[in-house]
Amino acid sequence: MKEIVVISGKGGTGKTSITASFGVLGAGNTVIADCDVDASDLHMLMNPQNTREEDFTSGAVAVIDQDACVHCGRCSRVCRFDAIPYIDDRYEVIPLDCEGCGYCAKICPALAIKMVDQVVGRVFYSDAKTGAPMVHARLHIGAENSGKLVAKVKREAKAVAMEKGYDYVLVDGSPGIGCPVVSSLTGADVVVLVTEPTVSGLHDLKRVHQLVRRFQIPTACIINKADLNSEMTQELKTYLEANDILHLFDIPYDEDFTKCMVEGKTVVEIPGSRYHEIFEQGWRLLI
Amino acid sequence: MNIAIASGKGGTGKTTLSTNLAHYLAGTGRQVVLTDLDVEEPNSKLFLTGEVVETRREVRMVPTWNKEACQLCGACQTTCNFHAIVKIGTEIMIFPEMCHGCYACSELCRAHALPMEAVEIGTMTVMKTENFDFIESRLDIGQEQAVPLISKSIALVDSRYDTEVIRLFDSPPGTACPVIEVSKQMDFIILVTEPTPFGLHDLKLAVETMRHVGTPFAVVINRDGIGNADVEDYCREEHIDILARIPNDRKIAEVYSSGGLAYIGHERMTQALELVSEHIRGLEVRA
Repeated sequence: MKEIVVISGKGGTGKTSITASFGVLGAGNTVIADCDVDASDLHMLMNPQNTREEDFTSGAVAVIDQDACVHCGRCSRVCRFDAIPYIDDRYEVIPLDCEGCGYCAKICPALAIKMVDQVVGRVFYSDAKTGAPMVHARLHIGAENSGKLVAKVKREAKAVAMEKGYDYVLVDGSPGIGCPVVSSLTGADVVVLVTEPTVSGLHDLKRVHQLVRRFQIPTACIINKADLNSEMTQELKTYLEANDILHLFDIPYDEDFTKCMVEGKTVVEIPGSRYHEIFEQGWRLLI
Repeated sequence: MNIAIASGKGGTGKTTLSTNLAHYLAGTGRQVVLTDLDVEEPNSKLFLTGEVVETRREVRMVPTWNKEACQLCGACQTTCNFHAIVKIGTEIMIFPEMCHGCYACSELCRAHALPMEAVEIGTMTVMKTENFDFIESRLDIGQEQAVPLISKSIALVDSRYDTEVIRLFDSPPGTACPVIEVSKQMDFIILVTEPTPFGLHDLKLAVETMRHVGTPFAVVINRDGIGNADVEDYCREEHIDILARIPNDRKIAEVYSSGGLAYIGHERMTQALELVSEHIRGLEVRA
């Protein structure tokens, strides 16, 4: 089984529209996983059905039993996150600030603090409109552990692929270079970087590629809106060549992508679309 | 006044609005400081010119193992809720990227064998542009946690600029912990969105996040004219102010692509900034 991960560093470069197009083309033997867990959009193009869902529990938050509390204040003093202020004659945990380290619970002389497991998100298992299995997730507001939820989605997608005998897992990753991205990259066989010919696109591509390099995964790149700025496109190409990144193909600046999105479709589903062949060829190179 | 420019979806124009608005406000004689808190992929600096007046390496504290002092009791491993310390045979292994810096292992170690030490996480750069101050926070590649650097950056701004100054913050995308960290410390949030299904979906998540944190907010629509009217309808139903609309114009994208400030010489975009600026004046009067 091969895992193909699409990431972008910079947001809004077209990562999800491109992933969805590959997902449609690979429908017969590809499981789709949306790992952009705090702004997941892929489902809007894949129209998942027959959804089964479950809670995702990870980490904990401190809860003080006010009746048992002896007001010594030690919890408040040891908390590095200022999550236990003294308000209205009582020590109170601010859940948004609590990191779940449990230090307070360990040193409370009255044993008045309990660490309570947190439901931080929801995982969805479904069939995409193409019939392909799909796993996606939703991180709850203010929750930590997005990296762990990404790992969970990937694990589940792989399990589905194993069970049903699918050859590929296609992952829509998250923007940036932080923990969810590191989780997305872990275990990947191929990485596709989506970029655009802008100063930010180039800058962010370089940063995320520095991260990808540490994983030593074969890497390809798609330049979206390639005709927006030909000088920048040339700079991107020079960078790709110098860094052994396969330049998969270019996509022009084209508002058809947005029009398709409004209809809940990918560009490759439009009859007679010029993109069908481009994506088809690209997909064959990736797998 | 602390004002963040945020969005659920990446690539909707946070950096465009932040840099253009800072330049515009400073041009009307206001004192402005802009801070780029998108520490994973900081882009604002690409659109600004000026003199770097200060660079600071930032650190966070993680435990280190003092082998000689260690009695191998293993308490640290059970203390750490983040699995950042593991005892394997007669070795203690520390995984700094998993550590949240709670100090529990260090302070509860009876042998004092886990002193906290600083590790470098990123760089803060202070720059003077022609008419406003700019601060960039940049996470080192390989560092997975954005939150410690974000909170240090906001603290720096708080300590250096008084409340009369308009303090703008270019926020990270999404709704996870980095965004929460920013939102908690703001007086007002401007959510930038685009009128597309993805834009609307992620705007709803961002609105949920702001309501959860309790910070007042309003919306700016970027690429107005593309997509559909659903974002407008949603804002009306939810009684969310739309401060301004930046038109969908390839010219703006072109100026952006080469690192320019698109409002200069662009009448409709300048009008949009004027509307945002009027709203900020209103907020100041009420404060």
